[in-house]
Amino acid sequence: MYKNQENPDITSQNGMSSLTKKNTPSQPHSQAHGHHVHIDYEGDKYGMWLFLYSEILLFGGLFLLYAIYLSRYTPDFIEGAKHLNLIMGSINTIILLISSFAVAASITAIRRNNRKGAILWLSSTMIIAVVFIINKYFEWGAKISHGLYPNSPELLEMSHGSNLFYGLYYTVTGLHGLHVIIGASALMICVIKLFRKTITSDNYIWLENAGLYWHLVDLIWIFVFPLFYLVV
Amino acid sequence: MQNQQHHEHPITSYRSLLTVLLALLFLTVLTIAISRIDFGGHNNTIVSLFIASCKSTLVLLYFMHLKYERKFFAITFVTSVFILAILIGLTFVDVHFR
Repeated sequence: MYKNQENPDITSQNGMSSLTKKNTPSQPHSQAHGHHVHIDYEGDKYGMWLFLYSEILLFGGLFLLYAIYLSRYTPDFIEGAKHLNLIMGSINTIILLISSFAVAASITAIRRNNRKGAILWLSSTMIIAVVFIINKYFEWGAKISHGLYPNSPELLEMSHGSNLFYGLYYTVTGLHGLHVIIGASALMICVIKLFRKTITSDNYIWLENAGLYWHLVDLIWIFVFPLFYLVV
Repeated sequence: MQNQQHHEHPITSYRSLLTVLLALLFLTVLTIAISRIDFGGHNNTIVSLFIASCKSTLVLLYFMHLKYERKFFAITFVTSVFILAILIGLTFVDVHFR
């Protein structure tokens, strides 16, 4: 009973404060009043997480295909995985994990008001993203020069399972690579915003959301790596 | 400061981030090493997926700050993964007992 009385009171208070904040005419988006601009921190983050859930289902569909075909064509998948470059895959796994750390570190830096540190951490992440894509380029290039690409004459002579394995390999790593490029671009915008001081120690939601996206790219790779490179 | 009304979580120290990174790198090496051993059947896939789940839990909790956010985020995340599990599970039922 006591709780019931207390709760509505709190919510109405919060509601009031956010209402007055939104409606007060003296809330321009000018830098001079920077400290009083209404920031819907929670709302921004809910939105980002909802988007991440949709990404999970996007890749989830591909993982579903992988799971079904792995159970149907196990020998072909094992054979296919043996032909993937484990060293390249491992290097990409390790550097992507380090880049995730760097993004998390950049948030720590900006929250401690260390703008230069945040820019440096993000720049190193972007360099890692470029290295990741270059690795992918060489990896795909080697496969393609061996005649292993979707609809290649050599692949068409191989079994149905091998075709499915390489088809999924190109689709999943390609879609993931696209996410790496988008994520790195979002982080680049963050670097620009840090230079312009529109990301600050008390308004860093842009950095946090771009970081969340980057971590998702890392999360997906954490599953892609064992599924494609480590099937025994 | 008025605009600080949002749910503030503590700043994660560089030291704890680095510890998480080292754990992630260790698990990566472990999963590569273990994959060279043949456990038979689909056991290898299950083991490597288990390690991958541990790694992603670390990323979610510490890098993505789920540990410090409102419970809402963790609950909705687990729900989305649960829905994916239903999708995959029911498809398997369909494919195998058709």
